Amino acid sequence: MAAVAERPAGGPSASASAAGQTVTMRIWRGDAAGGAFQEYTVPLEEGMVVLDVVHRIQAMQANDLAVRWNCKAGKCGSCSAEINGKPRLMCMTRMNTFEPGKVITISPIRTFPLIKDLVTDVSFNFQKAKEVPAFKPKPLDPDGKRRMYQEDVDRVQEFHKCIECFLCQNVCHVIRDHEENKQSFAGPRLFVRLAALELHPLDTNDRRELLKYKAGLGFCNITKCCTEVCPEHIHITDNAIIPLKERVVTEFYDPLAWIARKLSGRDPRKGIVE
Amino acid sequence: MATAVGGKVRVAPRGTERADLWWLEPLITVVVLGGFVLYTTWAMVFGSDHYFADPYISPFFSPCIATNCVDGYRFIPWAFSPAFLIAIFPLAFRLTCYYYRKAYYRSFFWSPPACAVPDAPKSYQGETRFPFLIQNLHRYAFWPALVVVVFLWIDAIKGFAYHGHFMIGLGSLVLLANALLLTTYSLSCHSCRHLVGGYLDMLSRHPLRYRLWRRVSFLNEHHMLIAWCSLIFVAFTDVYVRLASAGVILDPRVVF
Repeated sequence: MAAVAERPAGGPSASASAAGQTVTMRIWRGDAAGGAFQEYTVPLEEGMVVLDVVHRIQAMQANDLAVRWNCKAGKCGSCSAEINGKPRLMCMTRMNTFEPGKVITISPIRTFPLIKDLVTDVSFNFQKAKEVPAFKPKPLDPDGKRRMYQEDVDRVQEFHKCIECFLCQNVCHVIRDHEENKQSFAGPRLFVRLAALELHPLDTNDRRELLKYKAGLGFCNITKCCTEVCPEHIHITDNAIIPLKERVVTEFYDPLAWIARKLSGRDPRKGIVE
Repeated sequence: MATAVGGKVRVAPRGTERADLWWLEPLITVVVLGGFVLYTTWAMVFGSDHYFADPYISPFFSPCIATNCVDGYRFIPWAFSPAFLIAIFPLAFRLTCYYYRKAYYRSFFWSPPACAVPDAPKSYQGETRFPFLIQNLHRYAFWPALVVVVFLWIDAIKGFAYHGHFMIGLGSLVLLANALLLTTYSLSCHSCRHLVGGYLDMLSRHPLRYRLWRRVSFLNEHHMLIAWCSLIFVAFTDVYVRLASAGVILDPRVVF
């Protein structure tokens, strides 16, 4: 393996002396039939991000290099890859965070089938999204409106920052290292989606059974890699997955909650009579 | 090299391209958490000779409810170390804690050892099967642990009294800090966050629970840090009381 190293944030900038420098990147080239890493050396300029270098390689040395990208601003979630083994957005990884002279390794996200080079087929995530019951609002208030209060909205607002880069899905070891779990596990991105709906003050759909059986929430062992790689800094584990786990516990594992439900006939979350 | 797996290509399927010190965090966890478990086991099994240094009592033995206790409530006939009757509750709380689960799944089970580093086990069922299914009862470990914390506060207050006189000793402050840290750890728990209001969809209709939930959520953001601080300090408190009881150190104190 080539020597790679990263400079700690705040360290001396490579860009300050980027003029005349070159960078060597080791990029995965191949398709479903197989492939290998290939090295490319290109000039480095001040202010470059990893995606800029990949584009330069594409323009100068490998016109057929496949890479998915769109906004180059960290908002479209297209350019997900593994940079020195860490899942990241290429457009948000600055070149001056790497030690000058060291080879940088870029590989496609590994959890999904490879199409070509750095492009993978992420349709698994969209298939899983289809299984999530849609928002089903409460009836209108007598004046014909629906109301939400800021206290309730704040909690679910965070989940709507998701840009669907699928880095969390990629890093989740439940499907990354155990292909067989893809049938029965939705993954962190979908848990964020489910939390946005399940914790919504106006939603009336009950997704707890789906969470336990179909989405496989119990597979998550909360090792927090999804949170670590999220470029939008969503607290996926603490604010989405664990609150959902606690709701599933109340519904399926907590004997006192079961007795309370039977005695009162009410769903404590929403105050709804069952 | 690439290997075709079920029609898809995995790049270096059993390896990682990470070249940073990803193994350092699990290693530190194994050393600190493993060290704590070993020390606690030793203190519970062999350490019942020196757990009380008037007026201080080791947190591993409090509340001391066995009839063979040197000090305490003494109402349960018991022939073994009194710590077995008590320490099991806070230990169960930590064992099922959402943070410690992350720590030991990564460090001891290598499932995964670090992000984007392959799992060591070949198959994986997560918390869907016994014994890890029991993790779902974390909230039932929360309540007994909270009761123990109440007794630790009583111990901390007793630590300021010596034969009817008010006193301040280094041990008094150690017991006080220990009670404070364990209280913060317990109240920053994810299950606590759920129980005080997280289960509600419309927190706005419950102002008191909303305020509680906000405060617990604030603590919860620091749950990992509090978990480590309280873990290390509770062991330190036991060591302090033990050394004072054995006469190895002299507790500096002012008696009024």
